[in-house]
Amino acid sequence: MTPIAPAMTDAAFALALALLLIAPLAIAGVALINTGLGRSRSAAQALLGNLAIVAVAAIVFALVGATLGGTLPGASGSAGHAFQAAGKPWNWIGSGPFLLGALSAAPAQSQLALLFEFLAVGLAALIPWGSGADRLRLTSGCAAAAVLAAIVFPLLAHWVWVGGWLSQLGVNFSLGAGFLDPGGAATVHVLGGLTALSVIWIAGPRKGKFPKEGLATALPGHNAVYILFGCMISLVGWLAWNLAGALIWIHAPLAALPVTAVNTLLSASAALAATFAVTRIRFGKPDASLCANAWLAGLVASSACAALVTPGQALAVGFIAGIVTPLLVEVLELAVSIDDPSGAITVHAAGGLLGLFAAGIFASQPGQLLAQLVGIATLLGLVLPLVYLLFWLLNRVLPFRVEPDGERIGMDLHELGGGAYPEFVIHRDESYR
Amino acid sequence: MPAGFFLSIAALILFPVSPQRATFVLCGLAVEALGLGVAIRGHMPARGESRP
Repeated sequence: MTPIAPAMTDAAFALALALLLIAPLAIAGVALINTGLGRSRSAAQALLGNLAIVAVAAIVFALVGATLGGTLPGASGSAGHAFQAAGKPWNWIGSGPFLLGALSAAPAQSQLALLFEFLAVGLAALIPWGSGADRLRLTSGCAAAAVLAAIVFPLLAHWVWVGGWLSQLGVNFSLGAGFLDPGGAATVHVLGGLTALSVIWIAGPRKGKFPKEGLATALPGHNAVYILFGCMISLVGWLAWNLAGALIWIHAPLAALPVTAVNTLLSASAALAATFAVTRIRFGKPDASLCANAWLAGLVASSACAALVTPGQALAVGFIAGIVTPLLVEVLELAVSIDDPSGAITVHAAGGLLGLFAAGIFASQPGQLLAQLVGIATLLGLVLPLVYLLFWLLNRVLPFRVEPDGERIGMDLHELGGGAYPEFVIHRDESYR
Repeated sequence: MPAGFFLSIAALILFPVSPQRATFVLCGLAVEALGLGVAIRGHMPARGESRP
């Protein structure tokens, strides 16, 4: 997957640009979902945090990340730095121009690819913010986004999209077409989900989530309307995202785009239907927030495979995502005491891994499944430890978790001095005293 | 977890033949799964930690 190979027609370029202008709706949808799944006394801080994180990620990516990502050709015209091992080149880091120099002179496709990466880094940095809801400081969230945008995302994007070693697995080791991820399931969602896991491990659970005795305390999201409306907006953004990704990264022909769009919709729909049924059977009534999580998990899974599978296969992928989502949410909370308010680990990490695996299973080229497995091994074995290490160091300098008083009175009052709903009485949780 | 990753990469370099390569990549993933399990278990809060 490289933005350089066959030249894009004018029609494809115009369409990809238009799609990328709609794609931020996916970010808006995830931001709404994150806010709705948090508590009312932290809603303003959560939504401001979403905006601030996207802003910080964009600035840091422009300053540092885009150079390491190497999407724009550097002064020497090279695509990156490679070392030789076993007679094969391992392109591991990009070498783009500093501070987006000569952006306007770069090939049009490279400019589109860079725009895609700007949106991708914003969404990837946003995902862990929802998991740290009600306890993660705004400054720490922004600092974490900066680390992600400066180091981890550019490396992964280079490996997967811009001619890095994962994208060259097909050329160098005869593994299908190399690691395929046209919609950013790995570079955005699995990265975001694994980052969320690191944030949760470092920041710890919300006060009172896991009491001394008995089951975990339910701390439901404060606004189901935000959550479900966020799902609808996300669909629009995801359709644009997947189509743009197919055009830019795998050079899909225009005639293939309707199938990609149908697959995206089918994957999300099947996931929702499956979770609706599972929660209806288990609890007697469908669960709105779990259904929303499943819808999003279906969309995330489609990011990896919507451009590569048939509609029937997209349905199967979505159905599996819908079965797995409510069960994994329950296991993570009840069995291993992971407090993930937005369900990012299940939705983004597990959903993304499922999509990447499905892209290998349903591929026609020999060796594609192995290429996808190597990519998954990289995400779990290298990216997760790297993110955890960087965040652990960052937490020593800038503690992630707010003071106990912040959790008691709510993040809005503590960090912003005012709430999202000033006409409402904010109830302090007496059990924390 | 990094050990599993390096096992997978070693499989690519050392084994040109597909079945052996696939087996070692799967072994790498299994090692990563074990590492992830240990990490999750290591981060589980002891009961009573969360409430003063």
